[in-house]
Amino acid sequence: MADARVLAGIYARLVGARIRSQLEYRVSVALQLVGSGLLTAVDFAAIAVIFANVPSLGDWSLGEVALLYALATTSFALTDIAIGHLDLFPQMIREGTFDQILVRPLPSLLQVVASDFALRRFGKVLQGLAVLAFALATVEIDWTLGRVLAIPLAIVSGAVIYGAVWVALATVAFWIVDAMELVNAFTYGGSFLSQYPIGIFARWLRGLVVFVVPLAFVAYFPGLYVLGKEDELGLPEALRYASPVVAVAATLVAGAVWRNAVRHYRSAGG
Amino acid sequence: MRLDWELARHGYRRYAAYPGATYAGLFTNVVFGFLIAYILLAVYEHAEVIGGYDVRDAIAYVWISQALLTVVGIFGASWYELARRVQTGDVATDLQRPLDVQRAELVQDLGRAGYHVLWRALPQFGLGALLFEITIPSEPGRWLLFALSVALAVLAGFGVRFLVNLASFWLLDYRGPVLLAIAVNLLLSGAIMPLAFFPGWLDTAARLTPFASMLQAPIDVYVGAPLGGSTALVLALQTFWALALYGAGRAVFAAGTRKLVVQGG
Repeated sequence: MADARVLAGIYARLVGARIRSQLEYRVSVALQLVGSGLLTAVDFAAIAVIFANVPSLGDWSLGEVALLYALATTSFALTDIAIGHLDLFPQMIREGTFDQILVRPLPSLLQVVASDFALRRFGKVLQGLAVLAFALATVEIDWTLGRVLAIPLAIVSGAVIYGAVWVALATVAFWIVDAMELVNAFTYGGSFLSQYPIGIFARWLRGLVVFVVPLAFVAYFPGLYVLGKEDELGLPEALRYASPVVAVAATLVAGAVWRNAVRHYRSAGG
Repeated sequence: MRLDWELARHGYRRYAAYPGATYAGLFTNVVFGFLIAYILLAVYEHAEVIGGYDVRDAIAYVWISQALLTVVGIFGASWYELARRVQTGDVATDLQRPLDVQRAELVQDLGRAGYHVLWRALPQFGLGALLFEITIPSEPGRWLLFALSVALAVLAGFGVRFLVNLASFWLLDYRGPVLLAIAVNLLLSGAIMPLAFFPGWLDTAARLTPFASMLQAPIDVYVGAPLGGSTALVLALQTFWALALYGAGRAVFAAGTRKLVVQGG
């Protein structure tokens, strides 16, 4: 098996080719960029509408929720660009095209992930960053070097966590091909949930996103650290710094789940 | 009529063929139902009534809107299925058939909506009513008006999506405009937050659009907080949009087919 550096090189070349092919259709990409940006902006409109009626959500102000939204949305947008096409993965199983992937001498997950790179969804990243700018201009933050670094680190860790959840759940397709929308509950639902302070949700949901599907580490815990806010959940302070570690752990788990699932693949005879 | 009935049954069966997808979609809508319900419960810790909605109305809004999302087609392939056929040229086959394309699309969509009412909306609403305290109208008349309003919402929804699809007759790439239409619709149909939560002028303006007739209107009828305090006005507006959009769709489709050039093959 080739080492990680070689695989990264191969991934970069495959993705580079995808990007160049999309840039052949500039107007189309530009229109979809605007469309996808507006589509995510709708989620922020929901938050704006809420704060047009009430001064706070739990004890979170508009600017504070905006920060959570920005971290969650930007992370999710990056994941969506890189692996959003996993939504189409059940088709590969159904049509048997996954067979072709298994006969090539490259890790199957790498090939599936590198099969598209949705530049057209970059509008979502821009929208997330615009809200980040708004949040940072609105809330008062006691800036330290740690807090400055925490923001990009949280976005990257968050993207990796979403990616791990997405990959792990996409393996459901190895058993049930017509149930991909089940995964949406966790991916799109998860990204929606992470935009809000976890404390407003019911106890079972909070437990789920802290201990099982680690979505609380995408925006909530890093957000607490950046804002210097008290944790309504009363959990240890160390969790505020844990997002990168959680991201690595989630990736390892997702990798193991994928490898195990591929062993159960039964071809459709494509 | 016979043909309409067969096409409607086909529309129903097309979705009935994939029960797994139905359960999965239902699960996703239920998860979103929980999430939005908890968010709105947190909102109502700071307010008694917002735009005529008390907390029980707002939670009813959550579960009815999630229940109706698929019924009226807020998301999904029906926003671009016909557009894709125009782009690939397959629409030429549709035009050769001895049937009215718009009418055929409509009755198939009604079949689909029927399926989604039974297998997506009713379980979704039942679960919400069971797990949360929501407004339940006591007069049977209100339930009838609500059912009528849902039916009109399905028609208005078809009208909007059919027109959006037709943009592909003029645009080489329809995906950007379709995304834009879905985004505008999410906002103005009341799919993300009740329109009653919007600032007054925007609330009224949004409720006059065909988008609100797709989703917000039936919910307003259900909780009894209709535009201008009049359920009759809301139903009249929905009827207007259902007819006007169908008429507009007919005219635009005719213009589009005159312009259509299918690459030979």
